[in-house]
Amino acid sequence: MEAEAAKYIGAGIATLGMAGAALGVSNIFSNFLSGALRNPSAAPSQTGNLIFGMAMTEALGIFSFLVALILLFVA
Amino acid sequence: MAGTDPIHQFVIEDMIPIHVGGDGTAGSGLNLSFTNSSLFMVLTVLAITTFVLLASSRKQLVPSRLQLTGELAYEFVANMLRSSAGTEGMKFFPFVFSLFAFVLTANMFGMIPYFFTVTSHIIVTVALALLVMSVVVIYGFVRHGFKFLKLFVPSGVPAYVLPIVVPIEIISFLSRPISLSVRLFGNILAGHITLKVFAGFVVSLGAAGFLGWLGAILPLFMTVALTALEFLVAAVQAYVFAVLTSMYLNDAVHPSH
Repeated sequence: MEAEAAKYIGAGIATLGMAGAALGVSNIFSNFLSGALRNPSAAPSQTGNLIFGMAMTEALGIFSFLVALILLFVA
Repeated sequence: MAGTDPIHQFVIEDMIPIHVGGDGTAGSGLNLSFTNSSLFMVLTVLAITTFVLLASSRKQLVPSRLQLTGELAYEFVANMLRSSAGTEGMKFFPFVFSLFAFVLTANMFGMIPYFFTVTSHIIVTVALALLVMSVVVIYGFVRHGFKFLKLFVPSGVPAYVLPIVVPIEIISFLSRPISLSVRLFGNILAGHITLKVFAGFVVSLGAAGFLGWLGAILPLFMTVALTALEFLVAAVQAYVFAVLTSMYLNDAVHPSH
């Protein structure tokens, strides 16, 4: 296989990392919603934690994007 | 196809070329040119400075709308910093407020068509993240000396787990500047590319005649929806950047957690 082709295949495989980020983010929001519907008065104080957790999880998805970028433009 | 090339919007162009040293060939010497990126950084700082100066110029007991907006911004960042780094962390308020205002304004400027997005370049976000981490490390060592290294040894962990936990803590600390910078850069870059790709669909479908016009309606609506999403992302990423900065500063202020 040519190195150029392997690069594009690798970048394509790297996008699979999005699946993990999707699982994580959906987990956070579904748990937040189920918690917030049980105790709505406590929900507004936890939005900061919600956004923070989302950012932490999303960072891992962004890392796979970074791997794809490195494969396409640097490697 | 410069009009629909999704990467074209990130090109840095020299506006006022300044080259120091080198022998005239490309890549030699220092390129200190004033670029479109520099221009928008200057515009961002000017916009923030004007806003804060105007908001605090005529202080009244019953605030005007502008003063109220300024107070809201102050209170927002102050509460965020106080809740994560405590009252001792409030000495970093000017730092965190400047970072938050810079990232938010730069992201919002990027949403205006034909404007350059400063934060879509990793060199800018890495510089911001390294600034944060240098402040954390330097302040931590100056304030606590070698007790700052307690950061890597969580309290209440049994001694026989420490050989595993300490390397994990060190790696997680070292990956912070990477995740902090790449998160902002990746979100903004990916968002702007997506916007351009969908806008490009409208153009290329619209060129295909009447049936193409009908088909172009879908990506047009998608572009509108994505623009709204990107405004959300721009604000959320600035907030996340500021929250994470205050959490890292909390480690410098209270290293033994």
